[in-house]
Amino acid sequence: MDIVNQLQRQFIDHSTSLHREGIVDDQFTELQKLQDENSPDFVVEVVSLFFEDSEKLLNNMARALEQAQGVDFKQVDASVHQLKGSSSSIGAMRVKNACIAFRSFCEAQNREGCLRCLQKVTHEYSLLKNKLQSLFRLEQQILAAGGSIPVAK
Amino acid sequence: MAADSEFHVLAVDDSIIDRKLIERLLKTSSFQVTTVDSGSKALEFLGLHEDDGIINTNTPSVSPNNHQEVEVNLVITDYCMPGMTGYDLLKKIKESSSLKNIPVVIMSSENVPSRISRCLEEGAEEFLLKPVRLSDLNKLRPHMLKTKIKDHQEPEKQDKEEKQQQPQSNNNNRKAMEEGISTEKIRPRLNGITAMV
Repeated sequence: MDIVNQLQRQFIDHSTSLHREGIVDDQFTELQKLQDENSPDFVVEVVSLFFEDSEKLLNNMARALEQAQGVDFKQVDASVHQLKGSSSSIGAMRVKNACIAFRSFCEAQNREGCLRCLQKVTHEYSLLKNKLQSLFRLEQQILAAGGSIPVAK
Repeated sequence: MAADSEFHVLAVDDSIIDRKLIERLLKTSSFQVTTVDSGSKALEFLGLHEDDGIINTNTPSVSPNNHQEVEVNLVITDYCMPGMTGYDLLKKIKESSSLKNIPVVIMSSENVPSRISRCLEEGAEEFLLKPVRLSDLNKLRPHMLKTKIKDHQEPEKQDKEEKQQQPQSNNNNRKAMEEGISTEKIRPRLNGITAMV
């Protein structure tokens, strides 16, 4: 089936570039390994939880940094810490690294620095989300065309 | 009768993502899993009232032979949680006469040596760095076998686990506490008294 091969090739290319660009790391591969016939949608499920959780956390950070009467840096840091943890858990390496940098600005209580970091984290997060959604879409297309998902590494 | 090798793990983590992940890891390793999102819910599940340390045996799901509502062979908990931390939970379990023999494993995303030694000193069996991998969970089974052997001492359970006394793998230098229990035969445990050195 030509269309299946085409889609599978696209999937592999997409997956490879995700790793090459450092958007995801080995931990994402570990997640994929945990997906099997007992838990066929595991990766999508975890990643969906991650998206929901992250958007909430990013909003928390933005709101906390907006406070005119004084920023509660502990609160900002708490959200960054959570995002760092969850991004690490799913292998979202660039998001995680952006969080690490963010935490030092929280510690320094540097509002400008924090705002820049928030921009960076948000950017990395959006990039990740777009790329993963494309990956999942390709998976669906492959399955719908009767093919199987190429196994990671 | 349930298979001897079915161990029940209680996983505690405030992060929904991490709960999902640890659940999948544990199930893939053939453990039965219950997940809760806080230390207080963990204690509740274990049948312990925080204030008086007395086991509540009045709930309908309690088996007459067990003190706990459900048998838990290991607790794996995140360290950093709001309210009761994993360390606080560990302490409460080890201070409880009925729960102290349940092995506890701590997970943390941060590699802080003082944190690690504090947990090990308080009785944690292992300290795992997040993200936890399948290979990390292979370290858990020996700790759970210890509790099965303990249960064998009690008249109502007949396990065949004796011949499976596995030596502790002591090549992990985080396990300072375990040096007393290596390839020796596991010592019989008296009820309520821990045999750990």
